[in-house]
Amino acid sequence: MDAAQALSDLTEISSQIEAAVVLDADGSALASTLDEQRAPEFTQVVQELLAAVRRASGSDSGELAQAEIATADGSVFLVRDEQRTIAATTGPEPTVGLVFYDLKSCLRSFAQEKPKPRTRKKKAEDDGAA
Amino acid sequence: MARRRVVTGIVLAAGSLAGTVAWRRRSARRRDRVDVYFEDGSMVSLTDGSAEASTVLPLARRALETTRT
Repeated sequence: MDAAQALSDLTEISSQIEAAVVLDADGSALASTLDEQRAPEFTQVVQELLAAVRRASGSDSGELAQAEIATADGSVFLVRDEQRTIAATTGPEPTVGLVFYDLKSCLRSFAQEKPKPRTRKKKAEDDGAA
Repeated sequence: MARRRVVTGIVLAAGSLAGTVAWRRRSARRRDRVDVYFEDGSMVSLTDGSAEASTVLPLARRALETTRT
């Protein structure tokens, strides 16, 4: 499943999530629910936010797993795995556990990409050798 | 006597209003926080007003504004 499809599924499943972006390990955006005008700015703010959370929590070694930044206007969620980070915004007082669950499921959908089918060439070679 | 009742009513109404505003402001402040969860299962909560949260919360507000404009 590609990043855009995963985000499309995410916003369809979770009515609480208003916007989301998936970042690669180097911080570049893989996909976003926002239009082309707002997506770059949102991505930049999320990159800054991720760095600020790491500094503020003293997790420079990179063991940050997830975070919720709650304000009166809404919340920003960050969830990381080994290769990607997903960030999402919600309205005020969201169902925190449910949002984290949906974001983790979205990240897992990347990890469960099916590997490309192997060719049968090797088997044919083996048969020939036997 | 009637005038006294009116004044008492106004004072009570004003007090209730002030109390409600103060309570709502306090509740809103309490909502602003940063909850960080680590891979080892530990968690830290940074509340509004702390030096650590003061760098994070403005960025979160900016992120929310960006998605809603």
